[in-house]
Amino acid sequence: MKPFTPLKGLVAPLDRANVDTDAIIPKQFLKSIKRSGFGPNAFDEWRYLDRGEPGMDCTNRPVNPDFVLNHARYQGASVLLARENFGCGSSREHAPWALEDYGFRVIIAPSYADIFFNNCFKNGVLPIVLAAETVDRLFQETEASAGYALTVDLAAQTLTTPGGEVIAFEVDGERKHRLLNGLDDIGLTLQLTDQIKAYEARRRQEAAWLFL
Amino acid sequence: MSARTLYDKLWDDHVVHQEADGTALIYIDRHLVHEVTSPQAFEGLKLSGRALWRGSTILATPDHNVPTTARAAGIVDPVSRTQVETLDANCAELGLNEFRMSDPRQGIVHVIGPEQGFTLPGSTLVCGDSHTSTHGAFAALAFGIGTSEVEHVLATQCLWQKKSKAMLVRVEGDLPAGVTAKDIALAVIGRIGTAGGTGYAVEFGGSAIRALSMEGRMTLCNMAIEAGARAGMVAADEKTIRYMEGRPQSPKGADWDQAAAYWRTLHSDAGAQFDAVLELAAAEITPQVTWGTSPEMVVAVTDRVPNPADAPNAVKKADWERALAYMGLTGGTPIHEITIDKAFIGSCTNSRIEDLREAAAVARWATAKGRRVAANVKLAMVVPGSGLVKAQAEAEGLDKDFVAAGFEWREPGCSMCLAMNADRLEPGERCASTSNRNFEGRQGQGGRTHLVSPAMAAAAAVFGHFVDIRALANALTIEVLQ
Repeated sequence: MKPFTPLKGLVAPLDRANVDTDAIIPKQFLKSIKRSGFGPNAFDEWRYLDRGEPGMDCTNRPVNPDFVLNHARYQGASVLLARENFGCGSSREHAPWALEDYGFRVIIAPSYADIFFNNCFKNGVLPIVLAAETVDRLFQETEASAGYALTVDLAAQTLTTPGGEVIAFEVDGERKHRLLNGLDDIGLTLQLTDQIKAYEARRRQEAAWLFL
Repeated sequence: MSARTLYDKLWDDHVVHQEADGTALIYIDRHLVHEVTSPQAFEGLKLSGRALWRGSTILATPDHNVPTTARAAGIVDPVSRTQVETLDANCAELGLNEFRMSDPRQGIVHVIGPEQGFTLPGSTLVCGDSHTSTHGAFAALAFGIGTSEVEHVLATQCLWQKKSKAMLVRVEGDLPAGVTAKDIALAVIGRIGTAGGTGYAVEFGGSAIRALSMEGRMTLCNMAIEAGARAGMVAADEKTIRYMEGRPQSPKGADWDQAAAYWRTLHSDAGAQFDAVLELAAAEITPQVTWGTSPEMVVAVTDRVPNPADAPNAVKKADWERALAYMGLTGGTPIHEITIDKAFIGSCTNSRIEDLREAAAVARWATAKGRRVAANVKLAMVVPGSGLVKAQAEAEGLDKDFVAAGFEWREPGCSMCLAMNADRLEPGERCASTSNRNFEGRQGQGGRTHLVSPAMAAAAAVFGHFVDIRALANALTIEVLQ
């Protein structure tokens, strides 16, 4: 995983609650056995006017001019502003893969679905939780001024608006550490191999039926 | 020791290591694997040169992509075929227990785990699939994970977790005839919303839950994720233990005695504290029908589609308006006036033998009355959850009941719950579905899904529109429906 470095990113507002992972990346694209290349199909059913299938060249497909991410002013956005319960639904990690591949490094919302929230951290995407009123205000500011960009500093746990306002956010300490340093979870866990083996040895005594 | 919840007990028994901030390394006893969320995990393991930690904890099967017709011909879609073949190759290479598409035991991961006795009370069980919460019905700690975590479990047999808060959903009393575990699940989600359980592990308790069969408990825990919960669970009781007896992978002999003794401790202690408690009276739960594009958009079959003007706030109002536009519905429409184009009976929520029996009873009633699937219903399909469920249903003659009434009887798999195989809705088609999600495009781009119980779906297929199954449940009042 690549380390999360401070960034200044254009903000795109997706003004809907309960955006589910089926919307973020529809099921037909889950047939891929790869981990990359999902960006062109992020929000496929909202973004294009035809039915998307794996292997299609998306550059020639008819785009939906009404979908916010297709608006010229939001091209190149790396911060996605969203509403509550973002990423609900299936456990598909293809959802953060698609968002990351599209170009999003940061998501801001009042709340997230649990599995999606976890999956983001495994892929260098930072999901920030802010109070609903703050998110509301960011929606208004984003929509009011073209080119609205936020500076995101994970180490300092702050967002800075174009007007210079600094907004603090919370992030779990262990997750922050791993994201900032781009650390590999599995490598870290394997440093605890002795403890895992000791646990297994104890459980084999206590509950042999779990080891058949 | 102070009184502990069931969740506390399951958690405590699986902590391998704990960090100062409470993040814990949790040991995973059982790992279900399917073709969609595993290829990148197997590839990651291989690329990093890491070994599989404990392959005997894994049971794999293809379920999302498999065809439900003409299976002998294999998978026509080359992309789907590649994904299933990749699972087969990965399992063969690592020597994992896999039920391939041709195996009579193949089926939906969440159906075959319990069926095989692979799902054990008191265990931790994960799968790269959100509906893993199903297995909590066995007093197990079971939850869905992403592909990175699948790889993490393959390599370490552990996961990093923060302990969730504990919620108790207590349902007391007797369910009315015709009202099922599915209706309890939808009623709970309607009450607390799709994010109401976020941050919680939910235990379902009370006399109505104890009265549910193991299959009913699975249906209920399956939908816990639709309330946003990390996990759903039900205390173990004698019903749980009886279900486990004699399954292929259940403990045997002295192991059985030791296991069963432990399983009898898997309940919340008297006086255990929960962070939140929700109480429902079973007698007040009605057959539920979703009207929108989120499982929380649900009402009783006797109710009407709500008006956005009545929404509690502006965000919800916009949500409801968008949902109604997508669903092609108008606020105020009585639910029973909504006609359907297709019916789907299946999915990890409702494809077990009891579900099929309930739906088949409606089919038999229809045939006896000289009726069959309504003319406006293009397709009513029944997709058993596993090969063994299918065989059991056929032994009971349920397949014939369905076919006689105009339903199609298919091969096992996830099918039109998420339409990764050829089974899907066309744009604008409306479906009565026993699955778990009514999201936009879930059953096919532009498709419109209404979530219901198996008997409600079967009845909607026969009448061509939603009907109150409670009237059917009482044959004397059947004419009311006509």
